Order: sequence, then C-alpha cells, then structure tokens
Amino acid sequence: MNLVVQVLFVLLGLVAVGSALLMVTSANLVHAALWLVVSLGAVAGVFLLLAAEFVAWVQVLIYVGAVVVLLLFALMLTRAPTGSQPELSARRTVPAAVVAMLVAALLGTTVVAGFSGATIDLRHGQVGSAEVTGGSLFRTWVLPFEVLSVLLLAALVGAIVLSRLRSTELSGGDPQMAGSPPDSSGNGGG
Amino acid sequence: MPLWWPLLLAALLFSIGVYGVLARRNAVLVLMGVELMLNAANINLVAFDAYLRDALHSGQIFALFVIVIAAAEIGLALAIVLLVFRTHGHIEVDRLRALADRDEAPEEVRR
Repeated sequence: MNLVVQVLFVLLGLVAVGSALLMVTSANLVHAALWLVVSLGAVAGVFLLLAAEFVAWVQVLIYVGAVVVLLLFALMLTRAPTGSQPELSARRTVPAAVVAMLVAALLGTTVVAGFSGATIDLRHGQVGSAEVTGGSLFRTWVLPFEVLSVLLLAALVGAIVLSRLRSTELSGGDPQMAGSPPDSSGNGGG
Repeated sequence: MPLWWPLLLAALLFSIGVYGVLARRNAVLVLMGVELMLNAANINLVAFDAYLRDALHSGQIFALFVIVIAAAEIGLALAIVLLVFRTHGHIEVDRLRALADRDEAPEEVRR
C-alpha cells in the first residue's frame, strides 16, 4: 500500500514537472495552456495521494475547469496566433534559466536538508473529504471564508468595471489602435 | 512517504514558474507561470497538513483559500490584459515600456 502510494507519487511528480517544463518552453501558446492542464491535473493527483480529497476536486473544478478556460479565452480575444512562435521567449532565456535554477537549488537544498528525516504517515491520518473539510471550514475558518467571499465580489466588480471601459475613455493609447477594437461599440452607455 | 518528496516537487514547480514569469513575453504566459507558483505553494500546504495531521485541517483550508485568491487574481489580470490589448494592440510585456524606469526623460513621452 505504501509502496503503491510512493510509486504513484513519483510518477505524478514526474508528469507535473515534465509538463510544466513543456509549458514554459513551448513555442505554441495554445499548447502551453494545454500543458498547464496536464500539470495541474497531476498536482490534483498529488493532492489525492496526500489525503486532501476535497482540495483535489476543487483543484480540478477551479483550475483545470475555470482558470484554463479563462486563459484560453484570453488567448482567443487577444488574437493570439495558433501556430508556432519561436520568438515567444527569445530574449532573456539564459538569465531566466539561471535565476530559476538558483531558486530550485536554494529551495531544494533547504527543504531536503531541513526535512530529510520526516515521513508522512498517511495510514493514520484523516482523509480531507467534503464532510471533514466543510466542517472545519464552517466551524473554525468562517471569518476568513466570509472575508474571502467579499474579496471575490470585489474582484468580480473590478473585472466588470475594467472590461466595460470604452477605448475613448482610456487616456490615450496608440493612435493606430483607436478605432479598431471590435467589441467597443456595443458596451457603451455605462 | 518522506516529507521532502512533495516539498521538492513544490520547489521544482515553483522554480519552473519563476522561469515562466521571467522568460515569457506574452502576458498570458506570464500569468500561467504565476498560476504554477501558486500551485506549488498549495502542494506545500497540503503536504504539511498531512505531515502534522492537523485536527483543524488548516493546511487544506488555506490551500482552498489560495485557490480562491488565484481565481480572483486571474479574473482581474485577464481583464487588465484585455484592456492592454485594446489600447496597445499587443500584450508583449517587454514592449510595454510606458512606465519603465529610465535614466533620463525620453524626448517624446508616450501617452
């Protein structure tokens, strides 16, 4: 049982890291978004292995369902070319890779040196099912939950206000783009 | 399962997200890197929840909160990205230099 969990964890971790690497190096925008789906799905599997069942399904619903669809819509609305674009990360690749490797080395050595002896006992823990998580959320963490709902409402209102701005109300902008936005005619009046 | 396995996975995903944020030019791809970094933080929270066997499940609850904040962030950020596209015609972050820190003032300040 324990060996199965460990093998599954290693496989899911390899899938997550590999698809994340393909995501940040892909020359195709839509392929990058789809590799993000694979990576987030593998992370949801990792959550399942770590006895966080409800978080795993929320991850699938919110991230894989909603966030990636939003990203694909943003790619579509910004008229992203669907073909391959080799100049997508042409400059700054080497310094960015150096910084990322330094971050990986620093964080990796820190966590391995700090927690090398500790093991997670998954057999005696409580599975974070919907019942357990809901009870904990609404008994103990009600105030942050409500604050978070207000934050979500504020973000929603902010996104609506931002996307209702007409291009003539914006202060300036490039003159060649002033008349061309196709979606600015129907949403005036606000 | 050793505790450092999920922590190392989270560190690797976080640094890949750092690379994505630093190297990509398209603003949507930069946002994807941010999402990857938030997910790595979630792995840490869930792993320590399982390690400490917290009776209140604070790790998993905070992972849920991070997911909600990420959803709010991506909604606002995509609205801003669409607004930038409508005013500038592109969303390449290294060409958006109107707020850049320059040594001297440029001759023609872009509106």
